[in-house]
Amino acid sequence: MAVEIEQPSVRLSRVAVSETHGEDSPYFAGWKAYDENPYDELSNPSGVIQMGLAENQVSFDLLEEYLEQHSEVASWGKKVSGFRENALFQDYHGLLSFRKAMASFMGEVREGRASFDPDRIVLTAGATAANELLTFILANPGDALLVPTPYYPGFDRDLRWRTGVKIVPIHCDSSNNFQVTAEALEAAYRSAEAMSVKVSAVLITNPSNPLGITIDRPVLDEILNFVGRKNIHLVSDEIYSGSVFSSGEFVSVAEVLQSRDFKDAERVHIVYSLSKDLGLPGFRVGTIYSYNDAVVNTARRMSSFTLISSQTQQLLAAMLSDDEFTKNYVRTNRERLRKRYEKIILGLRNGGIECLKGNAGLFCWMNLKPLLENATRESELKLWKSILNEAKLNISPGSSCHCSEPGWFRVCFANMSEKTLEVALKRIHNLMENTKISLHNVISF
Amino acid sequence: MKLLSRKAACNTHGQDSSYFLGWQEYEKNPYDESHNPTGIIQMGLAENQLSFDLLESWLASNPDAAGFKRDGQTIFRELALFQDYHGLPDFKKALVEFMSEIRGNKVSFDPKKLVLTAGATSANETLMFCLADPGEAFLLPTPYYPGFDRDLKWRTGVEIVPIKCTSSNGFRITESALEEAYQAAGKRNLKVKGVLVTNPSNPLGTTLNRHELNLLLSFVTEKGIHLISDEIYSGTVFSSPGFISVMEILMDKKYSMNTEVWKRVHIVYSLSKDLALPGFRVGAIYSNDDVVVEAATKMSSFGLVSSQTQYLLSAMLSDKKFRKNYISENQKRLRHRQEMLISGLESAGISCLKSNAGLFCWVDMRHLLSSETFDAEMELWKKIVYDVGLNISPGSSCHCDEPGWFRVCFANMSAATLNLAIQRIKLFVQSSTAAGDKQNQSYHQSLKNSRRKSLTKWVFRLSFDGREPDER
Repeated sequence: MAVEIEQPSVRLSRVAVSETHGEDSPYFAGWKAYDENPYDELSNPSGVIQMGLAENQVSFDLLEEYLEQHSEVASWGKKVSGFRENALFQDYHGLLSFRKAMASFMGEVREGRASFDPDRIVLTAGATAANELLTFILANPGDALLVPTPYYPGFDRDLRWRTGVKIVPIHCDSSNNFQVTAEALEAAYRSAEAMSVKVSAVLITNPSNPLGITIDRPVLDEILNFVGRKNIHLVSDEIYSGSVFSSGEFVSVAEVLQSRDFKDAERVHIVYSLSKDLGLPGFRVGTIYSYNDAVVNTARRMSSFTLISSQTQQLLAAMLSDDEFTKNYVRTNRERLRKRYEKIILGLRNGGIECLKGNAGLFCWMNLKPLLENATRESELKLWKSILNEAKLNISPGSSCHCSEPGWFRVCFANMSEKTLEVALKRIHNLMENTKISLHNVISF
Repeated sequence: MKLLSRKAACNTHGQDSSYFLGWQEYEKNPYDESHNPTGIIQMGLAENQLSFDLLESWLASNPDAAGFKRDGQTIFRELALFQDYHGLPDFKKALVEFMSEIRGNKVSFDPKKLVLTAGATSANETLMFCLADPGEAFLLPTPYYPGFDRDLKWRTGVEIVPIKCTSSNGFRITESALEEAYQAAGKRNLKVKGVLVTNPSNPLGTTLNRHELNLLLSFVTEKGIHLISDEIYSGTVFSSPGFISVMEILMDKKYSMNTEVWKRVHIVYSLSKDLALPGFRVGAIYSNDDVVVEAATKMSSFGLVSSQTQYLLSAMLSDKKFRKNYISENQKRLRHRQEMLISGLESAGISCLKSNAGLFCWVDMRHLLSSETFDAEMELWKKIVYDVGLNISPGSSCHCDEPGWFRVCFANMSAATLNLAIQRIKLFVQSSTAAGDKQNQSYHQSLKNSRRKSLTKWVFRLSFDGREPDER
């Protein structure tokens, strides 16, 4: 028998073997712990409660009711050619009826304060794809995007992995409720310059993940002025725009542009998705809305790599064209999210924990600085682990969101039943009680 | 102005090629049996429209699948939330069974090695990102699908170096062509990372034979590179010699000891051709290399398949009876259509490459060229688009090394329309071969001139507003 010669395995690309997908961070480690021991009211009441997943589960009944009443919408209706036409449709412009419905829904979510042109909408399989696509279009490998911290951990992968683009943080802290300041913008730009890195754009998330707050109008003005001065782009990820708790509190960059008569608007691009507002992450529905024709055209062509299933476009075109349904959904969803938010805030407060005053999103930004041994990332991670192991709650440590101030945690409240939320709050109370006791013991000793 | 990236500004999306020009022309003047009987017949679109009735009847008998129900109970919530990039387990299981069935159950696939992507377009690009760095190259046999120029190169920065195949041997891949391509890459200072073949071939409509497959495997082993086999037309093989998947060859004794070879072979699949569902965006990568599977799985986040669609198709493809029947009935219909086109062309004195698969024929119109040049090919193509009213794909758009070949699709229209197309070709050939008919020539010439003026306008327009014909 011939000796088997050890052949070196064929080299893969640098991208394939890099760690930039970011999946080795604690954000994902908590997920693993949850997957191994998931809470279930009946079968596993002592399991880990997932509070690290920004899903919206509070309004499914509204969607289910709609589908029940309009069952033909999911089955290509009575037209014989309905199915085959839909099955063949792979035009990267996307279904016109769907784009129209999306444009109208986006306007609805902004309570009519901004309107959108269906021909400027480019469809992608989720906001994950939209953000990466925009990065490919706006920046060259080695260039940078300025992103306010704390930010969604997934950006490290979405914006950087295959694009080769860098993220330079715009540091924000609790001294002013984490709002972006002119100084912070300039400082970030300067630090990019110091690294000889060209800045292509600023990317903001509004409402913010993980903060759960909308960006103030003066701050939006400041950011727009900044990108104008530096002659760079602005990407506004507005995927939580339909998850604002009270009417009138969200200002979209689209509104600001409208008030400026769309002057200099070609540097602005909006990302949207139905994963949060409509609770449909599985359907992969994202959009890029750009005021720049070249970006729209290029994005459209690039979307070939990430088209939305025509089956899904068809279903949602019908649902979102139903004004009665969308008006009711947006209003009811907002109500329910607010109620959930108030519940968790109250519950946390009763346990002696304060949060950043939030007004949007599917999570709150919890302040556990008083519990830290030291104001360091290590202490924060230690605290995070003990919350995971002792209270069996998976929450997201601020460091995984690149927060420069240790001690903050993102806690989701909309991805579980009310009952489960109550259990979680109880566990937090117990944890706080135990901590107080041990602190007390230490002090009295 | 605010600058865009180099990728945004470049032309690698390929939409300024003639392949897409014909599309533009078709869209301005599309044939319709009742409304526009003199319009242009679309024969440049590799779609399969022959078997929708089979899908429709299955859907009518299984309303739960599209209605988000399982055993009468709603699972809407579950599906709406399902975004796990590992894919719906039931769907992957059904898909690998379908793939196996297409290969006569001679090969079996492990669902854990399958990565779902939004179409084969996404799968091919993802594999490039996983296997090659910017500036490296993949070797592709010519002629090849025009979309590869965009899919493999645009955002990845990877280069394509052609493996030239010619009619001298039926466009088969030869050892010397492989070696020549490898050397050519070297001369351009390009590091070769692999070979990508489409089997069955687009645009040829032929399946690779055992000799070619063995050749490819030895070649990639010797050079220490990857082999990607794009098998999206595997279910369209309608006659002998039948389909041999590269996986079958790997299972041969010769390769069972050498597991490294297994790891360098990757398959791309899709339901756009075999199941005629291009709109649903269902593609897949199959690899025996765990690192590739892992990296590709994470990358699939950028192009996941809608859970709504995964569920529908898991129900459909789990139906063994439906699967079996669809595959065989579909193949029968494709064969019948191909025979129609072949005999029709034959009666016009036009021959085709002998083929056994695909949704198109590779047609030999060399004898109709005014000279053995690509200019003459373009001239002939324009005549066929504008004067004859057929949008077919010129070989040059597929990077064919010899002028005069055209890809003509036969499955994206009714039988009546196909017959009409054949009639038009017959008439055209008759009038072209009417020797010394000056009247005819000047008629054609003036038509040509007027069309050409308008053509220039469209060429400029195309750079700014291309409707993407994502078809293969």
